[in-house]
Amino acid sequence: MSPRGAPLAPEVPQGTRTRRTQRTAGDLPRWVWLPAALGAALVVVPVVALLTRVDWSDLPALLTSESSRAALWLSLRTAAASTVLCVLLGVPMAFVLARTRFPGQALLRAFVLLPLVLPPVVGGIALLATFGRRGLLGSSLEVVGVQVAFSTTAVVLAQTFVALPFLVISLEGSLRTAGHRYETVAATLGARPSTVLRRVSLPLVLPGLVSGAVLAFARALGEFGATITFAGSLQGVTRTLPLEIYLQRETDPDAAVALSLLLVVVAVLVIVLVRGREGRS
Amino acid sequence: MKKLATAAAAAALLLPLAACGNDDAVDPRADVDSTLVVYAAASLKGTFTELAKEFEAANEGVTVQLSFGGSSDLVSQISEGAPADVFASADEKNMDTLVGDDLVSGDPQDFASNTLVIVTPPDNPGDVTSLDDLADPDLDVVVCAPQVPCGSAAQKLATAAGVTLAPDSEEQSVTDVLTKVTSGEADAGLVYVTDAKGAGNSVRTVEVPQASQVVNTYPIAVLSDAKQPGLARDWVELVTGSQGQKVLRAAGFARP
Repeated sequence: MSPRGAPLAPEVPQGTRTRRTQRTAGDLPRWVWLPAALGAALVVVPVVALLTRVDWSDLPALLTSESSRAALWLSLRTAAASTVLCVLLGVPMAFVLARTRFPGQALLRAFVLLPLVLPPVVGGIALLATFGRRGLLGSSLEVVGVQVAFSTTAVVLAQTFVALPFLVISLEGSLRTAGHRYETVAATLGARPSTVLRRVSLPLVLPGLVSGAVLAFARALGEFGATITFAGSLQGVTRTLPLEIYLQRETDPDAAVALSLLLVVVAVLVIVLVRGREGRS
Repeated sequence: MKKLATAAAAAALLLPLAACGNDDAVDPRADVDSTLVVYAAASLKGTFTELAKEFEAANEGVTVQLSFGGSSDLVSQISEGAPADVFASADEKNMDTLVGDDLVSGDPQDFASNTLVIVTPPDNPGDVTSLDDLADPDLDVVVCAPQVPCGSAAQKLATAAGVTLAPDSEEQSVTDVLTKVTSGEADAGLVYVTDAKGAGNSVRTVEVPQASQVVNTYPIAVLSDAKQPGLARDWVELVTGSQGQKVLRAAGFARP
């Protein structure tokens, strides 16, 4: 397995050509290749195995069935909506975390990142405790006639919950790498804080923001555990692609595989998009 | 020398994997300690757990390993080579799939049956009194998806009663329906009588007159790849025998 097999590796090692003639600091002991290749195989082989299960002749029919189209359309709409929510809420969060200092900030950051490490089903139960009919906020919302559970809104909330940290981390990293220099210069030239944010800081970290948003979109598209726990499963309303795949598995494994292939293709596109951007910036 | 180290590293990495795949090897202590692996529908969790204790008490040195799940999930696991000795399904369709794939030894035996019932939260916030209320779009109604046994039963029941259900969610399993009702998220749900009974005071039940027309029959069978065919047959005997039937009846299951 060549280094190309690991598209997420931070950098292709330099100096592989010169290895035979001259040893450099970048040289790796040869045995490292074995576990690395095993690791790569662990990821690549299942995807290839999935491809072997695809019923190519029936693929168009399986992908265009009514339930598949409903799930795909719902997934695209909700993932787009939660990406917008992630940007609206996550950009200010990243700025607050990267550009300010206040007591309890470390704790806040830990909490913001919690959905990254939390099993999504736990997120779903937590959301239910918040927005469910008998939940912390849900019971008040119910009084004013707003019901979140079993609605598309619930799907968007679940997706935003799990996707938000991806955007915040990505952007906070970019902000820290970019540093304050240009912002300080703009401020000394008399720009107001809002102008600095809009004209200097945001354009500087735009690539980070875009890759963060793409990652958040991908995470939202793949959301399963929190959605099925919190939002339920109904065609066209709450049954997104992952839920549809899980359900189709019961009766029509070929359809489940076809839809899985669709999500794999989207995932590959996302990686290409993010890596491409990072390569340029 | 380097090659030797590489080979050693490879061996070290592969050895645990080899050990994982070692299920086929004969356990040297097989005649002393043996494990019976039972795959059973999720709705059998309570009864089979109880029966497993009785089985272990009656057969010294035998451990019963239970794996519960949706019947169709379990069938696909068994088809992919899961090491099970016995399979008990919540419907005949899934058992038929295994029989069709030649994975069952002998004929499956029906050992229990189950019917559907409406459950509501204890305070019945939606004021549900009959199946007709489950057609009300204003109520939060939860049923199983038609793809799983409890969902196809729910659909048949609705057809028998001449009602068009208006579900707000079609869940993956009957336990998911029950959870949505016990947590108060849903006003009503359709579950098996045994699930309602198992939930005790956390639900209120509403009988459906047509329920007796839609009966799910539970078959059990020894699998052809069973590593403990003898123990597996003993287990089937326990479940279909008077002792097993007593436990099943107490949980609300009816005769097949």
